Amino acid sequence: MEKFTTNIHPPSGFSLGLKELWQYRELFYFFTWRDIKVKYKQTYLGILWALLQPLGMMLIFTFLFSKTWKIDTTPVQYPIFVLAGLILWNLFSSSVSHAGESMIQNANIIKKIYFPRLIIPGSSLLVAFFDFLMGLLLFLIFCVIYKQPVHWSAVYYFPAAIFIIVVAAFGAGTFLAALNVKYRDFRYTIAFMLQVLFFASQVFYPMQYIQQSWLKYVLAANPVNTAIGLFRAPLSGSPVDATFLGIGMASTILILLIGLYYFRKTEAFFADLA
Amino acid sequence: MKPAIEIRNLGKEYTLTTTQPYVALRDIISGSVKNMFKSAKEKKEKFWALEDINLDIMPGERVGIIGRNGAGKSTLLKIISRITPPTTGSAIIRGRVGSLLEVGTGFHPELTGRENIYLNGSILGLKKTEINKQLDAIIDFSGVEKFIDTPLKHYSSGMQLRLAFSVAAHLEPEILLIDEVLAVGDAAFQKKCLGKMEEVSKKDGRTILFVSHNMDTIRNFCPTTILLDEGKVISKGSTENTINEYVARHLETNAEMNWEKGVLSYTQGVSLHRAFLHNENGELISRFDTTEKIGVTIEYEVLKDDVVFTHGINLYNQENINIFNSHDVTSEIRLEKRVKGKYKAIAWIPGNLLPEGIFTISIALFLPNPLDILVHEHQVLSFETYTNFLKLSARGNYADDFPGVIRPLLQWEALKIS
Repeated sequence: MEKFTTNIHPPSGFSLGLKELWQYRELFYFFTWRDIKVKYKQTYLGILWALLQPLGMMLIFTFLFSKTWKIDTTPVQYPIFVLAGLILWNLFSSSVSHAGESMIQNANIIKKIYFPRLIIPGSSLLVAFFDFLMGLLLFLIFCVIYKQPVHWSAVYYFPAAIFIIVVAAFGAGTFLAALNVKYRDFRYTIAFMLQVLFFASQVFYPMQYIQQSWLKYVLAANPVNTAIGLFRAPLSGSPVDATFLGIGMASTILILLIGLYYFRKTEAFFADLA
Repeated sequence: MKPAIEIRNLGKEYTLTTTQPYVALRDIISGSVKNMFKSAKEKKEKFWALEDINLDIMPGERVGIIGRNGAGKSTLLKIISRITPPTTGSAIIRGRVGSLLEVGTGFHPELTGRENIYLNGSILGLKKTEINKQLDAIIDFSGVEKFIDTPLKHYSSGMQLRLAFSVAAHLEPEILLIDEVLAVGDAAFQKKCLGKMEEVSKKDGRTILFVSHNMDTIRNFCPTTILLDEGKVISKGSTENTINEYVARHLETNAEMNWEKGVLSYTQGVSLHRAFLHNENGELISRFDTTEKIGVTIEYEVLKDDVVFTHGINLYNQENINIFNSHDVTSEIRLEKRVKGKYKAIAWIPGNLLPEGIFTISIALFLPNPLDILVHEHQVLSFETYTNFLKLSARGNYADDFPGVIRPLLQWEALKIS
C-alpha cells in the first residue's frame, strides 16, 4: 500500500513526470485507441481515407507543378518527390492541429479525473502517426510502381526524418494545446499559421529553387524542411548539408523544450480554466 | 496505522473574474491598447474556497462530507484527486485514489457499450487486466447485456446511466471519492450501487469520502461525517451529531420568519408579518421528534374592514415532494368579514405523521372561491424531525432504514380466530 503514497503540494519546480507517464501508459493506449476507432467509424470509407487523402493531393500537385508549371526534381520523379513531402507534412500538420485542439475537446474529462495531462496531446499525435503509416505504405507502393531506386542509407535517414517531425510536432502541439486552454480564441490562428508554414516547407518544390541565401537559412529553421530533406536524400542521392541540418535540429529541440516547459508549467491549472 | 488521508493546513484560492475564467487573446491585445490611455487596472477579487483544512482519515473509514453549496466540498475532493492543485498546505494520500465526480466520464457515443466499459474503466484508474476480470460482472450488473455490442448512441439515457454506474460500482481503489454522482438515476439502481460499494468497502477496508446533499444517504452509508462551511471544517464526528449541527447552523433561523414591513396584498389589504414553528408548549423550535405535534403560526394584519379570506400551508420534504397542502376549513372566523386589526392562525401538524427528515413549509393567504392567492411565501419555514425511541412511533424499536413519504401510526388489530 505504501508504494502508492502521493504527496499533494502547491505547484512548484519543474519535472517532465516521465515516471508517472509510464504508470498511466494504459490510459495513453486507450485514448489513442478511442480516437483512432472513433475517427474511422465516423467516415464512410473508413481506413481507406488515410490512403485516399495523400493520393488525391499527390495527383493534384503532380498535375499542377509537374505537368503545368514544370518543376524539375530530377533525378526523382515528381509524384514520388511530392508524395514524400506530403506524407511528412500531413504528419506534422495533423499532429499539431489535433494536439492543439485536444485539451479543449477533452475538457470534461480533465475537469473530472486526474491523469498526466501530456497523455492527451500525446495520443492525438499517435492518431496522426497511424495515418502517416498508411501514407508511408502508399509511398512505398509508389516507389515500386515508379521503380524509384532507394539508397540503403534510408535505413537511418527515414527514421531520422520521421523522428524530427514527431519531436517538433509534439513540442508545437503541446505548446498550442496549453495556449488554447488559456486563450480560447487562439485556435482560429492555428489553421492560418499551418498554411503559412506549408508554403515555407519544401513539400511541392525543391529547396534548390530558393535563390536568396539568407532565406535558405531562415527556412532551415523549419523542422519540416529538415525532415523532408533527410527523407529525400536516399531518393536523390544528393548529400545532406550539415549546416542546415544543424540549424534544423537546434530549432526542433528548442521547439520541444518551449512546448513541454509551457505545458508542464500551466497544466496544474487546466481544470480551473477549462 | 497511518491515516489514509492526511491533510495539513490545506487552502485553495480562486480569483474571481466577472467574465469567463479563460481569456480571449483579442481582449489582451485590445486591453493593452486601452491601457495605454488609462492606467487604472481592474481589481481582481480573490477568495478562499478552502482555508486551513486539517484532517486525518483512517483506512477503512467511510466519511460523509456535507455543507451548503459553495462550502468547498467539491473543491476538497478535487484537490485530493489531484484535478486541481492547492494554493497552500499539503496532503498525503496513502493508497490508490479512484474519484467518481461524475458517472460516465469519457463515454463516447460512437463506441459500443463494451468498448466504453474499457475506456471509462481505464479513465477511472482500472488496469486492463482488472477490467477483463470484472467485465462479465459489470455487464451483468448493468442489465444491458443485450445491447453491449451496440454503439452507445443507440442507448436510452437510463441505459447509459446504468452502464456508467456499473463501472463505477466495480472500482476497487483503496480510496474512493464520490461526489453527488448518485443523485441521478433511478433510486432502486442507486441503492444497488451503494450496497455494492458498501459491501466491498466493508470486505476490503476501503476508505470512502462521500459528498452528498441527501442526508438519508449519508446517514445510511457513512458512520462519520464532516461539516464544511465557507471553506472551513466546522465539525467532524458521528454522522448524527454532524447532521444535527448542520441543521442547527443552517436551518435554525428558518423556524421563524419575520417580514419587517409585511407582505402586502394591495387588492385585499392584508399584510403577512410573521410565521413560526413551535411545539405544544409554545416553544419556538426547529427540531421535533416524529411523535410530536408541530404548530405553524401565521401572524398577519388586516388593513381594511369587510375582507374575507382564508389561510393555508404547503409542506415539502427534502426531495421537494409536496407531502400535503392544507387550508383553514375549521376555524370560526374563516368565513366572517374581518375588521381591521392583527390576527393569528395556528395549524397543527399531527404527531406520528412524518418520517425523519428535513421539511419546508410555504405560507399562503387566499380567497378560496374563486381561488385568488393574496400572499404566497414559498418554503419560508423549515424543520427537521428525528426519532425518539422513548416514545411509541410507527418505527417501534426498529432502528434501520425505514422508507416511506409519510409514517402514520396505524391501529392494528390482531387476534386468534381458530
